Amino acid sequence: MDQISPAGIQSIPRIMAKRPTRISARKVNIFYGEKHAINDLSIEIPDRAVSAFIGPSGCGKSTFLRSVNRMNDTIAGCRLTGEVRLDDKNIYDADVDVVQLRSHVGMVFQKPNPFPKSIFENVAYGPRIHGLAKNKTDLEEMVVASLKKAGLFDEVKDRLHQSGTGLSGGQQQRLCIARAIAVNPEVILMDEPCSALDPIATARIEELIDELRQNYCIIIVTHSMQQAARVSQLTAFFHLGNLVEVGDTDEIFTSPQDKRTQDYITGRFG
Amino acid sequence: MTDHIVKAYDQDITSLKTMLAQMGGLAEEQLDNAITALSKRDVVLADQVILRDEKLDILEREIEEKAILTIAKRQPMAMDLREIMVAIRVSSDIERIGDLAKNTAKRTHAISEALPRRLSTGLARMGSMAQAQLKDVLDAYARRDDAAAMTVWRSDEDLDALYNSIFRELLTYMMEDPRNISLCTHLLFGAKNLERIGDHTTNIAENIHYLIHGKTISEGRPKKDVTAMMNPSKEL
Repeated sequence: MDQISPAGIQSIPRIMAKRPTRISARKVNIFYGEKHAINDLSIEIPDRAVSAFIGPSGCGKSTFLRSVNRMNDTIAGCRLTGEVRLDDKNIYDADVDVVQLRSHVGMVFQKPNPFPKSIFENVAYGPRIHGLAKNKTDLEEMVVASLKKAGLFDEVKDRLHQSGTGLSGGQQQRLCIARAIAVNPEVILMDEPCSALDPIATARIEELIDELRQNYCIIIVTHSMQQAARVSQLTAFFHLGNLVEVGDTDEIFTSPQDKRTQDYITGRFG
Repeated sequence: MTDHIVKAYDQDITSLKTMLAQMGGLAEEQLDNAITALSKRDVVLADQVILRDEKLDILEREIEEKAILTIAKRQPMAMDLREIMVAIRVSSDIERIGDLAKNTAKRTHAISEALPRRLSTGLARMGSMAQAQLKDVLDAYARRDDAAAMTVWRSDEDLDALYNSIFRELLTYMMEDPRNISLCTHLLFGAKNLERIGDHTTNIAENIHYLIHGKTISEGRPKKDVTAMMNPSKEL
């Protein structure tokens, strides 16, 4: 398709009318030393919905994702300008406690990375350091509830005190999700959560994401177009540090407006 | 449009387009021959049309199989997805057009020698109009030309209008002399077939619009076929 609408003319996604905005980024620029990784990005992310970031490797989607819970702070030479607002608070304000922030904005990584501790301790860790549990029973209830929400409890209930690293890849990833939701976050960031998993474990995670979106604002970075199409309601396409197009998922995958989006999702980039 | 990274994917889509072009060409020819056969009462030509219809059926099946296989293998998105869905829909419209051409040709056998000239010209005119529309819409498909497709889409009402007048005319003949009834009924079905071909042509036009824009046409199509409401005892 060569006829495309002129750049910049984008209607407001329908999902934004149905859900309140949870995160809004305004004129965000991110630099790694000299490298300009994200260029003047503005986007609104809806609550209680899944937003997918897609784009070729190196397009900046993971960089931007990590800026939402200030994981980039840990990278030397990384600098951000602009605002990332969680509800109405700019998370880059001087008075923001990063540890607190990360309890509001949880993260799940590409490779499952459980602590080399028991399944129970993996999930109990967050509530414990944030002092969320009043006593031992309270903590146990939190662990069980989180494991249940992550759809893992039935599979591990008889071996809660065995090591988390002994689980299968898919179970480990669900354990990491349980660990992330144990601290009652509002937002869950997922950086390619299924790329190390087989199709069945992937399906389980996708099913879980679908359930979690009733209560959380979820952002997922994925290289699988089909996965983005299946799990998300909003899709944002990144290219060379620019947010090229953002829209309702069903429109992005059937009739994208920008030629670059079209070329990427149909496998024509290169 | 730029090529896919996977070349075989391009080949899959190209071969779908090729098969569809082949199918379209064949349908045009079938329609042309069916109209000639009917207006000249050429039974040999009519039989040819009847026999060749199977080719269209086979092509439709092949297109459908190819499309399903491509969906399964490539998980097409956006333009590619529309391309494949539209290929399936257009091929089924063309197949129906083929059936209607065949049915028109079949009626050649039933029509007696004494076909009033005036009647055959009306039908021939309708035939050439349907043919022109089919040709235009297939060209628009091949060229991805939305404007041309929309022209065809709008002009279907001319075909409807012509059909109405032929309908009226045939009714008059039948009322004049009951011996005309058998002949006129066949001609009426012939005309109805052509009118239906016009409808399938507009379906194809709608699909071209969807293919290009990713959106279905929102406005209603102008329709002028009023024969369903005609009552000879009141109108004629």
